[in-house]
Amino acid sequence: MLRYPRAIRYAARRVALALVVVAGVVILTFVIADLVPGDPAATWAGPHASAAQLARARQYLGLNEPLPVRIGRYFSGIATGDWGTSIHTHQPVLSDIGTAAPATLELVIAALVIAVAVGIPLGLAAARWPGSVLDHVIRVGSVLGVSMPVFWFALILQMVFAQRLHVLPVAGEYDPNLLFSHPLLDRTQVPVLDALISGNWAMLGSTLDHLILPALVVASYPAGVIARMTRAQVLDTLGETHVQMVRSLGFRERTVIGTFAMKLAWNPVAAVLALVFAYSLVNTFLVESLFDWPGLGSYTAASVAALDTPAILGVTLFIAIVYVAANLAVDLVQAALDPRIRLR
Amino acid sequence: MTSLRQAARQNPIITAGAVIVGLIVIVAVLAPLLAPAPADAGAAVHPENALQAPSLHHLFGTDQVGRDVFSRVLYGARVSPLVAFLVLLIACAIGVPLGVTAGYFGGVTDEIIMRVTDIFLAFPSLLLALAFAAVIQPASLTSLTIAIAVTWWPWYARLIRGQAASVAGRPYVEACTALGLPRWRILLRHVLPNSLTPLLVQVSLDAGGVILTSSALSFLGLGAQDPVPDWGLMVAEGENYFSTQWWLATFPGLAILVTALAFTMLGDGLRDALDPKRLGDPVKVALR
Repeated sequence: MLRYPRAIRYAARRVALALVVVAGVVILTFVIADLVPGDPAATWAGPHASAAQLARARQYLGLNEPLPVRIGRYFSGIATGDWGTSIHTHQPVLSDIGTAAPATLELVIAALVIAVAVGIPLGLAAARWPGSVLDHVIRVGSVLGVSMPVFWFALILQMVFAQRLHVLPVAGEYDPNLLFSHPLLDRTQVPVLDALISGNWAMLGSTLDHLILPALVVASYPAGVIARMTRAQVLDTLGETHVQMVRSLGFRERTVIGTFAMKLAWNPVAAVLALVFAYSLVNTFLVESLFDWPGLGSYTAASVAALDTPAILGVTLFIAIVYVAANLAVDLVQAALDPRIRLR
Repeated sequence: MTSLRQAARQNPIITAGAVIVGLIVIVAVLAPLLAPAPADAGAAVHPENALQAPSLHHLFGTDQVGRDVFSRVLYGARVSPLVAFLVLLIACAIGVPLGVTAGYFGGVTDEIIMRVTDIFLAFPSLLLALAFAAVIQPASLTSLTIAIAVTWWPWYARLIRGQAASVAGRPYVEACTALGLPRWRILLRHVLPNSLTPLLVQVSLDAGGVILTSSALSFLGLGAQDPVPDWGLMVAEGENYFSTQWWLATFPGLAILVTALAFTMLGDGLRDALDPKRLGDPVKVALR
C-alpha cells in the first residue's frame, strides 16, 4: 500500500490527526483534574496548616505558575511515564495500570471471541430470512444484548450458574488451591496463556471455568452490536448487482449470503469490532469487581470508591489512547484493503 | 405521520417499544396512586419488615430496612428516565447551536468546533462521564446529569453539522442568500428546521443508552444516593444481600433492562420509518 505517494499521504494525515486528538485528550484530563473541588495545596499541607505552610505547598506543587506552564509540565509528565501516584494504592498510576491491564485484556478478548462466534451467525441468519419470525427474534435478542445492564446480568448469571446449579465458579481467575498441586509459571501475566504454554491442563481447565461467566457478561453488548451490524450490512449488499448476478447464476442462497454478501460486510464489521473493544473495556468497570477479577475494572471501581482522582484520570487517559489507537489501526487496515478509501 | 402508522403496522417491534415506553410514562406519572407504599420511595424505615421474600403483600419483597421494593421500583420510573430526558435536553441545547453554526458558516469556526468534538468522541461515553462524575462532588442526581450531558453533546453537534452543511448548499438556501436575507435569519428559519429530523431519531435511539449510563454510574456510587429510589443504586444495595435475598437486585435491574430495551426498540423503529437511508456513519449509528 505504501508504494503510492497518495497512500503515504493518507496514512501520514491519519497518524497526525490521531496525535492531535491524543494531545486534546491529555488537555481534557488536565481540565477535569483542575475541576476537582478543594485546594490541592490544602490537601497536601494537611488540615492545620498555617498560611505560610499553605503558600509553601502552593509553591512546591507549582500552583502559582501560569496555566500554560502547568499544562506543559503535565504533558511532559505524561510523556515520560509520570502519571501521578494513586491515592489508594500509594503506587505510581502507570505501574498499577500495567499490573491490571493483562487480566482485563484477557477478559475482553475472550468476550469478543464469544461475541463474534455468536453475533455473525445470528446476523447472517436474520439477513437470510428478513421479516420472518426468526428475524424478529434475533433482532429483539440483539437489542436485548445492547440494552443489558451488565452489572445486573453478572449477578443473575452468578445466581443461576454458581449458586443454584453449582456448575461454575464466581470469583478470581483460577482456583488458588490448585497452586499447591499444579504450580503456575508466570510468564505472560495471563493465567490462561501461562497454563497453556506450560501444559498445565488442570490449571487450564480451572482458568477457563473462571473465565466463562465474566466473558459471557461482557460479550452481551458486542454480540448484540455485531449481530445488528452483520444483518444490516448483508441486507445492504444483497441489492448490489454483483451479488444478484451470483444469485442468478444459481448459487445456493447460503453461499450467496455467507460467502459473497458477507465478503463485503466484513469491512464495517471489523471496524465495529475495534470500537466495541473500547466500549467493552469500560464495561469491565461494572463487572470485574463482582467476579473478583484482578483487572483495570476492579482497580477503577476501587479508585471511584476512594475518590482517587489520579488513578481515575490515569485509567481514563489510558483507555482513550487505546481507543484512538484502535480507530487509527482500523482506518489504516481498511485503507490498505480498500483503495477507494485512501483515494478520498 | 402516515409513514409512522405504516411502519407501526409493518414492524411489531416499534409498536411493542412504543407501548412499553407509554406504560413507563404512565407509571412515572401515577406512581403515588399505583405504589402500595408511597412513603417507602423515600427514607421510611420498617425494621420489623426487613428482607422479606416476595409475597402477595410485598410483590417484590422488602429491602434491608423494610421498604417495599415494588413501590421503590415504580417510583424509580421517575428517576433515571427523568435524568435521561434532562441529559438529552442539555446535550441538544449545547450541540445544536454549535453544530448548526459550524455547518452553516464553515471555515475556521467549523474547524475549531469539530476538532473539539473529535477530542470528546475519543472517549467511550461511559468512561468520560465517569471521569467527570468522579470529580464533581458530592455525587448526586444533579452531578450525574451534568457529567453525562457534558459527554453527550458532541454527538449532536456532529450530526447537526453534517445536516446543516448539506442544507446550506441547497438551492433554496442560496436563493435566500441572493435575496439578501440576513444570515442569522436564514440560519434560524431555513437551515435549522431542515436539519432536525435525524436529530429526533438519534435522540430517541440514545434515550436507552443514557438510562444505562446513568444506572451504571449510580451503581458505582457516582449518582443517586440513598434514599433516592434509583434502579442502579438499588441493584448496588441489593448486591450485598444477593446470595440469599435475590429479589433486592433482580427487580430494579429488570426495570433498567425493560426501559432501555423499550426506548431502543422505539428508536430503531423510528429510524426505519423516518430515515430509511440510515444516518451518517453506519458504524457509529450501530454503536449508539
